[in-house]
Amino acid sequence: MQFDTPATTNPIDRLKVIGRPIPRIDGQLKTTGRAMYAYEWHDSNVRCAYGYPLGAAIAKGRIKSMDISAAKKAPGVLAVVTALDAGKRKKGKYNTANLFGGDEVQHYHQAIAVVVAETFEQARAASVLIKVAYTEEKGSFDLKAAMDTAVKPESEQPDSAVGDFEGAFRAAPVVLDETYTTPDQSHSMMEPHASIAAWDGDELTVWTSSQMIDWWRSDLATTLDMDKEKIHLMSPFIGGGFGGKLFLRADAVLAAFGARAAKRPVKVALPRPFLVNNTTHRPATLQRIRIGAERNGKITAIAHESGSGDLPGGGPETAVMQTRLLYAGANRMTAMLLATLDLPEGNAMRAPGEAPGLMALEIAIDEIAERVGIDPVQFRIINDTQVDPEKPERPFSHRDLIGCLKLGAERFGWEGQGRPGSRREGSWLIGTGVAAAFRNNLVMPSGAKVRLDGEGVVTVETDMTDIGTGSYTIIAQTAAEMMGVTIDRVSVHLGDSRFPVSAGSGGQFGANSATSGVYAACVKLREAITQKLGFNSDDVVFENGEVRSGNRSLPLAEAVGPHGLVGEDTMKWGDLSKTHQQSTFGAHFVEVGVDVDTGESRIRRMLAVCAAGRILNPITARSQVIGAMTMGVGAALSEELAVDTRRGYFVNHDLAGYEVPVHADIPHQEVIFMDETDPMSSPMKAKGVGELGLCGVAAAIANAIYNATGVRIRHYPITLDKLIGGLPEVT
Amino acid sequence: MRPFTYERASSIEAAAKVAASNSQAKFIAGGTNLLDLMKLEIETPAHLIDVNDLGLDKIEATSEGGLRIGALVRNTDLAADETVRRDYGLLSRALVAGASGQLRNKATTAGNLLQRTRCPYFYDTNQPCNKRQPGSGCSAIGGFSRQHAVIGTSDACIATHPSDMAVALRTLDATIESVKGDGSRRSIPIADLHRLPGDTPEIETVLEPGEFITAVLLPRPLGGKHIYRKVRDRASYAFALVSVGAVIQPDGTGRVAVGGIAHKPWRVEAADTELPNGARATSRVLLADARSTGQNRFKIDLVERTLGAVIAAAKG
Ligand SMILES: Cc1cc2nc3c(=O)[nH]c(=O)nc-3n(C[C@H](O)[C@H](O)[C@H](O)COP(=O)(O)OP(=O)(O)OC[C@H]3O[C@@H](n4cnc5c(N)ncnc54)[C@H](O)[C@@H]3O)c2cc1C
Ligand code: SF4
Repeated sequence: MQFDTPATTNPIDRLKVIGRPIPRIDGQLKTTGRAMYAYEWHDSNVRCAYGYPLGAAIAKGRIKSMDISAAKKAPGVLAVVTALDAGKRKKGKYNTANLFGGDEVQHYHQAIAVVVAETFEQARAASVLIKVAYTEEKGSFDLKAAMDTAVKPESEQPDSAVGDFEGAFRAAPVVLDETYTTPDQSHSMMEPHASIAAWDGDELTVWTSSQMIDWWRSDLATTLDMDKEKIHLMSPFIGGGFGGKLFLRADAVLAAFGARAAKRPVKVALPRPFLVNNTTHRPATLQRIRIGAERNGKITAIAHESGSGDLPGGGPETAVMQTRLLYAGANRMTAMLLATLDLPEGNAMRAPGEAPGLMALEIAIDEIAERVGIDPVQFRIINDTQVDPEKPERPFSHRDLIGCLKLGAERFGWEGQGRPGSRREGSWLIGTGVAAAFRNNLVMPSGAKVRLDGEGVVTVETDMTDIGTGSYTIIAQTAAEMMGVTIDRVSVHLGDSRFPVSAGSGGQFGANSATSGVYAACVKLREAITQKLGFNSDDVVFENGEVRSGNRSLPLAEAVGPHGLVGEDTMKWGDLSKTHQQSTFGAHFVEVGVDVDTGESRIRRMLAVCAAGRILNPITARSQVIGAMTMGVGAALSEELAVDTRRGYFVNHDLAGYEVPVHADIPHQEVIFMDETDPMSSPMKAKGVGELGLCGVAAAIANAIYNATGVRIRHYPITLDKLIGGLPEVT
Repeated sequence: MRPFTYERASSIEAAAKVAASNSQAKFIAGGTNLLDLMKLEIETPAHLIDVNDLGLDKIEATSEGGLRIGALVRNTDLAADETVRRDYGLLSRALVAGASGQLRNKATTAGNLLQRTRCPYFYDTNQPCNKRQPGSGCSAIGGFSRQHAVIGTSDACIATHPSDMAVALRTLDATIESVKGDGSRRSIPIADLHRLPGDTPEIETVLEPGEFITAVLLPRPLGGKHIYRKVRDRASYAFALVSVGAVIQPDGTGRVAVGGIAHKPWRVEAADTELPNGARATSRVLLADARSTGQNRFKIDLVERTLGAVIAAAKG
């Protein structure tokens, strides 16, 4: 099916199942430990051996030699495969550095060997016995220093310009010109990357933890230099990804090499420190924002420039993109620069671009609003735009940022925001902050196969993944709504490369795209049933487990007959996203307390109001948003990968050193969804929310800290060492 | 983790004797620190002596009016003990400010005292670290050192001792009771237990090889207000950037020890006498020779500010 005209009324609009607060259908499997994650996959007939990776001990250079003799002789060891002797392999399309390097070391902890043994402990112990001699080379590890030789990135649109920014900025009565920085961040999801690989002749089966089945399968085939059709990949349950599992990673590659060498199925999980230095991370940014405004609060000039770094061949963190769309202003420019760094590979992490971009932009807006002397909620309302500011002929499909801000202000009790540093309770300085949330709504082709069997059970198969988001549930809801059955009559099977290729999970495109694919397949199935029965397609209704046309009706099970019927299709997308800008919007309101003595910042309450099209399931959508808000608290207050610029790696590479929020940091969260639909986005009229919830959170917190203390910090994370110099003296 | 042999000690003396005669042996108590370090091959004992079955899990009143805390008393039990909560509130508060419920259920009194530093370079066997590999250099100096010590440091090591409990014990002037390999017993004031790094940061305490801690003695209760203030980047489950343990009397006199700033819980008796004169006067003496790396400079201000908060809380 091609979606190229705005959706009209369709069976989804019945909202008998869609839009209902249905608890996740895989919840019980998870709470009872029966959901089988990659590393736990188990067949009593298969004895897996254990692979343990060895990572490079240097950041850049060459491997002179590797002595594996002691490791090979260690107890239980079945095979040792090294980067020097692994045999032919290539780099996957989506990878920047080699997953299983050669003699060249491109970054710290790049995988250079895998040891396979009977037990995990034996493999780990033997991995330490491998002796590696390196020739170390000087690398580039300091983003600030590397910016001197930064270049315009090739692949993305690096620059944009409309009007005369410089002139308008010079002429503006109120201006802001500030620099902001965001640090490298780690996805740090609960489940590490893990894979089991089993060969059968030249065919490979892999159980893994992947957000994107088809990307992984293609890149695994490329890496192993084999036919993609000979790879069977499965990833039914994923313990979080946040973008860290979008692209094939070393666990799958090492498991495949290890299994080939050991002639046994092999399981490999990346140790926690590898998640930081072996896999991808969100790159740090240096951002400069300039805004010029009239005294009435109207922005006349806005510029956003961002620099980030990556390994050769990598890309920029696109932190300026939202600034092209979020606020009005006739004169505008954005620009990006990319520096070469020899740190581990930078890549997508939840809301890439917008998350760090808004961390800066939404502080800048708070600052210019203050300089103009207008309340920051009002300032954002004044500068709303209903069209793409660079192309006024191109409207937003649907944009209700103003609604989010107004409703949020009302529910939060915003008018209470006092002057900076004016509210105090005991030793707490109290402040409130607001930020806009903005994230583009992307769509991806997505396929599904839906089968209705002789028992009346609807079975959906698609290679879509559920990374903890609720895909199983919303897909079941979609099929139930389309086929007119209750949700308990639907069985959903995900994450298997034998199923139709879907959107996968990423860029908050998964929910809308994948359910649209299921919608398309259901339309096919409905047509097949209608046709088989000879019903009139104009008035056929699927409802209450029956199919009805005129005065004829039949239970679905009977309608399809004992052999059942199948509908399969892929949703493809026309030009609507070109003719109309599709984005999601929100407003974050936060209250913080800052300890006047120690500078510790603690969240007191948070509210998010989101305008993101139809909400397919308010329970799973809310979970997405509160999880994202939590991640935003980490970004604001504690998360930073510490770079050792001499040794070239992220030093705090475990969960003790890289501090994500804990329960005690998150006292109270509220989420409100605007009641809206967006017919331009898909037949589901839905959009993404999973990343929107993160966008702007950290800035709202930064603004609240400013309001609490009067100290403006433009460099994340806002830790107490940056604050205490500006706090009142102790007595 | 390297392969190791394992035994369950049958008596305190036997445990100390085996440990003293085998340089590859280590005691294992709760294992919450030792096992993590063994998995990373930072500790590589060839033999483990499990000391959990020696009946050292009791808290008893002493004839001097204090408390004897068995070396194997779990952190959870110690924090919850009625007498500790009543008379040594500082200790209870310091304990519950540390780690998590699950860890405290396993962690023991002696193990907590002897836990090793959380310096991230110490934890990465690819990096030079004098404490882990004497003579290899200190990566933290000139590196990522925000968490590191600002006082009592050396050119060889700037690591901190991470324990919260030890700060409370230092404030309370606890005494460590131990048995050496030859069966002799001794008492070590907590002030003397931990060493400064000097040229040998790998030697962290004055305990001799194989010396076994049997108990920690608390002197008679001090009265006064017991305050433990732990400052950290997140609200729970994080090591202290700075922590202050204080006992302050109604007249403003008292004593104070500081965590997170040195290779040992940091107390300067001369600073105690400054407490009535306020935080600035006290920390001036406490931190007289402080030396920061730049990244951890804030700790010097933070000690004073936190101490100010503690003194104010004692008044309030
Ligand atoms: C995730 C995490 C967070 C933590 N957070 C904190 C925190 O915030 N604050 C804090 O203070 N601590 C914290 N800890 C550390 C924790 O308190 C220690 O791991 C624990 O107290 C160690 O006690 P244990 O009995 O398990 O020691 P073990 O691991 O069994 O032993 C530690 C050392 O002591 C030696 N030893 C044990 N008993 C004796 C004895 N009787 N005589 C001689 N030597 C002995 C062992 O040989 C070993 O060298 C944390 C730990 C973890 C893993
Ligand atoms: S501070 Fe001490 S523990 Fe840390 S790297 Fe230096 S020597 Fe090792």
